[in-house]
Amino acid sequence: MQHTISVLVENEFGVLSRIASLFSGRGFNIDSLSVAPTNEDGMSRMTIVTRGDDQILEQITKQLNKLIDVIKVIDFTDGSGIERELALIKVTAEDESRAEVLRIVDIFRAKIIDVTPKSYTIEATGNPLKIDAILDLLRPLGLKELVRTGAVSIGRGAKGWKG
Amino acid sequence: MKMNGARIMLECLKKEGVDTVFGYPGGTVINIYDELFSFKEIRHILPRHEQAGTHAADGYARATGRVGVAIATSGPGATNTVTGIATAYMDSIPMVIITGQVPTPLIGNDAFQEVDIIGITRPCTKHSFLVKDVKELALIMKKAFYIARTGRPGPVLVDLPKDVQIAQTEFVYPETVEIRSYKPTTTGHPRQVEKAMAMMLESRRPVVYVGGGAVLSNASDELTELCRKLAMPVTTTLMGLGSFPENDPNSLGMLGMHGAYCANMAMTHADLIIAIGARFDDRVTGKLATFAPHARIIHVDVDPTSIKKNVRVDLPIVGDVRDVLAKMIKQADKLTDKVAEFKAALAPWHEDIVGWKAKHPIGYKNSTTVIKPQFVIQKLRELSDEDAIISTDVGQHQMWTAQFFQFNKPRTLLSSGGLGTMGYGLPAAMGAQAAFPERQVITICGDGGVQMNIQEMATLVQNRLPVKIVILNNNFLGMVRQWQELFFDKRYSSTCMELPIDYVKLADAYGAKGFSTSKPGEVEKVIKAAFKHTGPVIMEFMIAREEKVLPMVPAGASLNEMVLNA
Ligand SMILES: Cc1ncc(C[n+]2csc(CCOP(=O)(O)OP(=O)(O)O)c2C)c(N)n1
Ligand SMILES: [Mg+2]
Repeated sequence: MQHTISVLVENEFGVLSRIASLFSGRGFNIDSLSVAPTNEDGMSRMTIVTRGDDQILEQITKQLNKLIDVIKVIDFTDGSGIERELALIKVTAEDESRAEVLRIVDIFRAKIIDVTPKSYTIEATGNPLKIDAILDLLRPLGLKELVRTGAVSIGRGAKGWKG
Repeated sequence: MKMNGARIMLECLKKEGVDTVFGYPGGTVINIYDELFSFKEIRHILPRHEQAGTHAADGYARATGRVGVAIATSGPGATNTVTGIATAYMDSIPMVIITGQVPTPLIGNDAFQEVDIIGITRPCTKHSFLVKDVKELALIMKKAFYIARTGRPGPVLVDLPKDVQIAQTEFVYPETVEIRSYKPTTTGHPRQVEKAMAMMLESRRPVVYVGGGAVLSNASDELTELCRKLAMPVTTTLMGLGSFPENDPNSLGMLGMHGAYCANMAMTHADLIIAIGARFDDRVTGKLATFAPHARIIHVDVDPTSIKKNVRVDLPIVGDVRDVLAKMIKQADKLTDKVAEFKAALAPWHEDIVGWKAKHPIGYKNSTTVIKPQFVIQKLRELSDEDAIISTDVGQHQMWTAQFFQFNKPRTLLSSGGLGTMGYGLPAAMGAQAAFPERQVITICGDGGVQMNIQEMATLVQNRLPVKIVILNNNFLGMVRQWQELFFDKRYSSTCMELPIDYVKLADAYGAKGFSTSKPGEVEKVIKAAFKHTGPVIMEFMIAREEKVLPMVPAGASLNEMVLNA
């Protein structure tokens, strides 16, 4: 089962490698990982999408908490979080397919951010499943290049997670 | 007062109460050594190899309960410490390792003697720091010691570039330290303790299973009091030996792969296992699917990641073992009637245990013609001081020591349990002897492992550390040979040492004293003479070459499938 975990960390030298080596050293998978500073001083937030049964997830959460630079670990698995991802997609767009690409972009409320006579570059945001869906539609038209940020996640409701 | 970084580092050690460090100089720590030259408050011991220096700091830490300190230069000095760091990490030993590093502007340039030691040791340190600014140094040292000794202890590495050692700043040592991301739980939850007590009093076949955590948290007194109060049988891991007196009738001795029959049978038949600072290692549980099939499990540990890692747990208690045990004692004292009832109800269980003990006690067949290793261990116990500190190397001799020495006091056995590091015994004894010059310190080694740090004979002689080195010489890498005998058709591939070594001459070459015997009748005489000698001594015993460690649970088998005599 896929899980989305948010990790608040000290913005210290080597944190990212500590977390990455925790996963690789114990044979845990990382499907995606994104990280950037938060509004609190010296604190960064990572969103890690990983997989495993309940027992593995419990170990992952505990092991993350055990790292000295980790301030807090939040598991958003039970639908308690809202997830978004950004994708930049370069597709072949020539002759008849140009209109088709525009239609898809419109349906998914994505944006064209670069145009050439032979291609469109698209910016799409949304739930990772939505990104998968737009990619499924664009793929037959010719995907030239794809970049995804990986999911970021925030809790629902009024409560804000801080350190 | 303004000082350079090298001096600040030493002042920090002093503030932490460090009296002894084990270190080896080199280009990137030469400034530290220059400061040490006139810094009289700290005793610096020069080992002959950085691995040994790290093991010595580890032995010092295990024997005293304080943080051990080792220093090494960058590059090869730093990489030489890795085995020592990993050994300490696996057994949760508090240590601070200071490594020199190339000057900050050169980091990442593949400079002379540059290695990314932080990267190399990441998986085997509790934490590590690269000091980039001399102004951060004092706070980092404070944090390093705090992290090393609190929570689940462990080694912390501080990488100190040469230019930071030279740079000057005002020295202020922080009084306290706050790390917002590091708040180990130290006290057990009272409700969980109450529930645990209820589970204990309901049980009829309880076993207390104790690991190194009980030693690390200095919980021996509480453990002993609680188990005696409730008349509960106690078994320990290798790391837990000494935390509960083995001469107590409730002691089952060690469990696991080479554990006592009664201990493994008790685990298999228990209806409740109370795990205290132990981590259900595969050498202890045997085949997991058949481990303790009838038991509910209470698991007390300061490290939440240890709980439910390998086995299901019915009641977890996160907290310092000593605190939790003290709370349990208080709880038991409120329930005197129930406790009395409980103790009476345990009678049939105690009968079972007495039966198992009688059926297959830990034993061996002695001989008048060839020295049995078990006999040497028993003689060592008989002739050594009550508070003697024993270190072991890794192999058969280690298991014989665990089985036959009988440890009654905590911190009297120093042994590499988690990593199983050959070469550990001699330098660890050196560290313990440096901490306790007046106590008897004995290291029990095999002829294989003793060679891995034999150069430390020089350190012992030079620093007047009168360690008594026992070599149980089977001229084999005995433990591996035993596996080859049992599981590989006696194909002794590369386990025979072939070349005999004259250990008496070797001791002499280092300026120490050597004894050697192959006669059972001389064992006692040699030990007595060696103990009487005031300096470091080697005692070599030529033992029965193909003696096996028994009983044995083959790897992957269930605990009750022990090979008793093969
Ligand atoms: C550094 C290291 N290398 C290899 C091993 C594997 N090993 C475990 S026990 C053993 C044999 C040890 O032989 P010896 O020191 O003579 O002790 P004995 O078993 O004969 O008592 C070996 C090679 C190890 N534990 N550590
Ligand atoms: Mg041997």
